[in-house]
Amino acid sequence: MKPAPFAYARAKTVKDAVALLGKHKDARLLAGGQSLIATLNMRLSAPSLLIDINRIPGLDGIKLSKGFVEIGALARHTQVERSEVVAKHSPLIARAMPHIAHPAIRNRGTFGGSIAFADPAAELPACLLALGGEIEITGPKGKRKVKADAFFKDLFETAIGPRDVLTLVRIPAATKDTRTGFAELARRHGDYAIVGLAATAKATGKGLKDVRLAYFGVGATPIRAKKAEALLAAGKIDEAANAVAKELDPSDDVQATAKVKKHLAGVLLKRVAAQLMEPRS
Amino acid sequence: MSAPMVEITLTVNGEKTAARIEARKTLVDFLREDLFLTGSHVGCEHGVCGACTVRVDGEIVRGCLMLAAQCDGAKIETIEGLSDSGEVADLQKAFEERNALQCGYCTPGMLAAAQDLLKRNRKPTREEIREHISGNYCRCTGYHAIVDAVEAVAQARSGK
Repeated sequence: MKPAPFAYARAKTVKDAVALLGKHKDARLLAGGQSLIATLNMRLSAPSLLIDINRIPGLDGIKLSKGFVEIGALARHTQVERSEVVAKHSPLIARAMPHIAHPAIRNRGTFGGSIAFADPAAELPACLLALGGEIEITGPKGKRKVKADAFFKDLFETAIGPRDVLTLVRIPAATKDTRTGFAELARRHGDYAIVGLAATAKATGKGLKDVRLAYFGVGATPIRAKKAEALLAAGKIDEAANAVAKELDPSDDVQATAKVKKHLAGVLLKRVAAQLMEPRS
Repeated sequence: MSAPMVEITLTVNGEKTAARIEARKTLVDFLREDLFLTGSHVGCEHGVCGACTVRVDGEIVRGCLMLAAQCDGAKIETIEGLSDSGEVADLQKAFEERNALQCGYCTPGMLAAAQDLLKRNRKPTREEIREHISGNYCRCTGYHAIVDAVEAVAQARSGK
């Protein structure tokens, strides 16, 4: 299908984009557009105005700053995938990138767009939650920061308000004792996951501590499995895998029943636990 | 209400062109309906099938998930351009020789995706080839012949 008519404006600055959002109530921001344009084509969404933020300068940088990896909202997935800073200082993001859609989509889709859209089956929101990252939002009153744990509110709902623009994502840089794990099950490479798991932990020499397990594809938002985190930190892998099935409450969807998803969540936990135990190369 | 219009200037297959188009027009519809470059195909129109794959500023994208309005100043290459320049001539020959197409609907997108892989990775494994074309649907061949063709070209290009 073809989109319903809409007007198109190119924002030159973030301020410009925020002002346009204030003026037009049903406007939408256009970043990579890899989800938005699909929904427009299918007429699931029909805004009166698209505010194209792609040409705002300075929003696509990736750098290490004061112990954080900072990724600008407009950094394309491909750019993140090829980034040496990300490869070196954010191994979880580096592990997850090849799972995101397909090359032609990664060339357009943006890091910030994926976080802002917050598809519950998408990889990056779960990674950000596992990493305890931070989201910088710019609105009419200026900038504010929101922790990942408080950012994802409900299905496609985040801490971003109607007149806000997500401008930057900050991720604690990995240290020597950082361990990460990532696994997902999808019917076809690049599809949205049936169930996926992003995880981080600190190696203590004997085992793990500060385990953070963020599941995706099993609820309205990415979800932490806190009981399983504690069990994994205590070295109880089988118990953790069993706890996950009780802790998560997925619904049946077109891909799998809740029962299957719970089973798969336990399978992924064991795979990711093995990755977390690997010595860091 | 008349549909909002946008003016763009862009380069398509080496030729500079200017157009006034509806803001809602996707890149692939612009190429097909306004420039009559019908080699890029329209399949699913929501980014799943890959039939509309074209190159924008050197990188492959979904022609159905980008607006023509976003392409002001961009350099677009379609299968017509890739074909005329001879850039994918060996891939086209290999596809033909190995029956890597039947109806041909996916072929322009498949060639663009394959060329994109071979530009970056001179000796991809069969697994890497499969992964790279995983975003391009083919409903005829079952993919084996396509993987064979891409692998054969990779070997030929790296002089093996």
